[in-house]
Amino acid sequence: MTELLVGTKKGLFVLEGETGGEFRIATRAFAGEPVDYAVRDTRTGRAFATATNPFYGPKIWFADDPGGEWTQAQGVELPSGGEAALERIWVIAPAEAAGRLYAGGDPGVLFQSDDGGETWELNQALWNHPTRPRWQPGGGGLCLHSIVTWPGQPERLTVAISAAGVWHTEDGGESWRTGNEGLMPRYLPEAGDAQPLALCVHHIERAPRRPDRLFLQFHGGVYRSDDAGRSWEEIGRPLPSDFGFPLAVDPADPDSAFVIPLVADMDRTTPEGRVRVYETRDAGSTWEPRGDGLPSADAYLTVLRLALARRGEGETMELYFGSTTGEVFGSADAGGSWRTLAALLPPVFAVTAA
Amino acid sequence: MALLCVRGPLKKLAGGEGRHELDGGTVGELLERLEDRHPELRGWILDERGRIRRHINVYVNGDQGEGRTPVGEGDRIDVLPAISGGER
Repeated sequence: MTELLVGTKKGLFVLEGETGGEFRIATRAFAGEPVDYAVRDTRTGRAFATATNPFYGPKIWFADDPGGEWTQAQGVELPSGGEAALERIWVIAPAEAAGRLYAGGDPGVLFQSDDGGETWELNQALWNHPTRPRWQPGGGGLCLHSIVTWPGQPERLTVAISAAGVWHTEDGGESWRTGNEGLMPRYLPEAGDAQPLALCVHHIERAPRRPDRLFLQFHGGVYRSDDAGRSWEEIGRPLPSDFGFPLAVDPADPDSAFVIPLVADMDRTTPEGRVRVYETRDAGSTWEPRGDGLPSADAYLTVLRLALARRGEGETMELYFGSTTGEVFGSADAGGSWRTLAALLPPVFAVTAA
Repeated sequence: MALLCVRGPLKKLAGGEGRHELDGGTVGELLERLEDRHPELRGWILDERGRIRRHINVYVNGDQGEGRTPVGEGDRIDVLPAISGGER
């Protein structure tokens, strides 16, 4: 059985179903609240959800049973008495170290938990980075939305911030350096800052069997790095559009990546009214559309950066994505064929699979 | 002493009590005292800056107030979610 945690504008939906078959809504939690992200830590079985209650602010919650009682995690806050307040938690990621998790949020902040997600601490080095005054928020705020671990090396971590680019640490978060060489922001003047920081990265994923390779969906442009994110090569030109938000990889194939193109930043809908996932198996030299079973006409969907999820790997890898018009689609054959799993949910912010 | 009234999830976090008699010279001070008494409320009404969250309204004896609004003996302060919070 596969479990999908679907964060929506109006609550968390837990979908359950047999892989490749029908799914049903097993639970709805946080009714009425925007649930920005939810994930189950498969190491412990504990589920996490981040909800930005419009009245009471952003919180991280955890539960062993999403249908039962949720407990508020502690420490998810900025230093008191300052000029900034936590706006939103975007993503939660289990780390390489046992019991450790990371959470990223707005305004460009990273939290770490070493007790299985019950208490959290702000990463001070990133919070106090001297370049922070130059960071600029994107349309979704100053969001730290991608957290990419390095298999077997818990001290190495990559995060991405919109719009402050790619950041790496190799000492467990004690220090951070940028990794933006080669990223070409079309929304900035060519003659501007030689190394701009206002880089609107939409999502990053690492190829776990070749961890120095990463794929990146940019605000216009798809990129690959073969040097652990120091520099980037554009690979999205063959796509019908290289604008989009989410990106996924097949862990079994370091040459693989999946994206969901949207027309452009000024028209964030699926091109030509057709919903298609594009797949590369040659590290970005060529891309093939995967749309069998997806809406092929009159479908103008938006898929957000955390609304594409993967489970498993290889030929039977499962892929799932949700749209801001409330559909959830799934594939049990690595994108070869698709079916609609839910159609009338609130706008989908995030999907994870376990 | 002033009377500070909360409801809904705030009441649950405030030990299940909706009415709290507190000392303080301003609405903000009363809210800080309430947080001290019930740490589970931390971050729910006041943000890290010590400001009342944008979509929470406070009323002093029925008139809309803010964190620096003075309060005195016998005043009643109501803490309510604002209708503006329904935008998302």
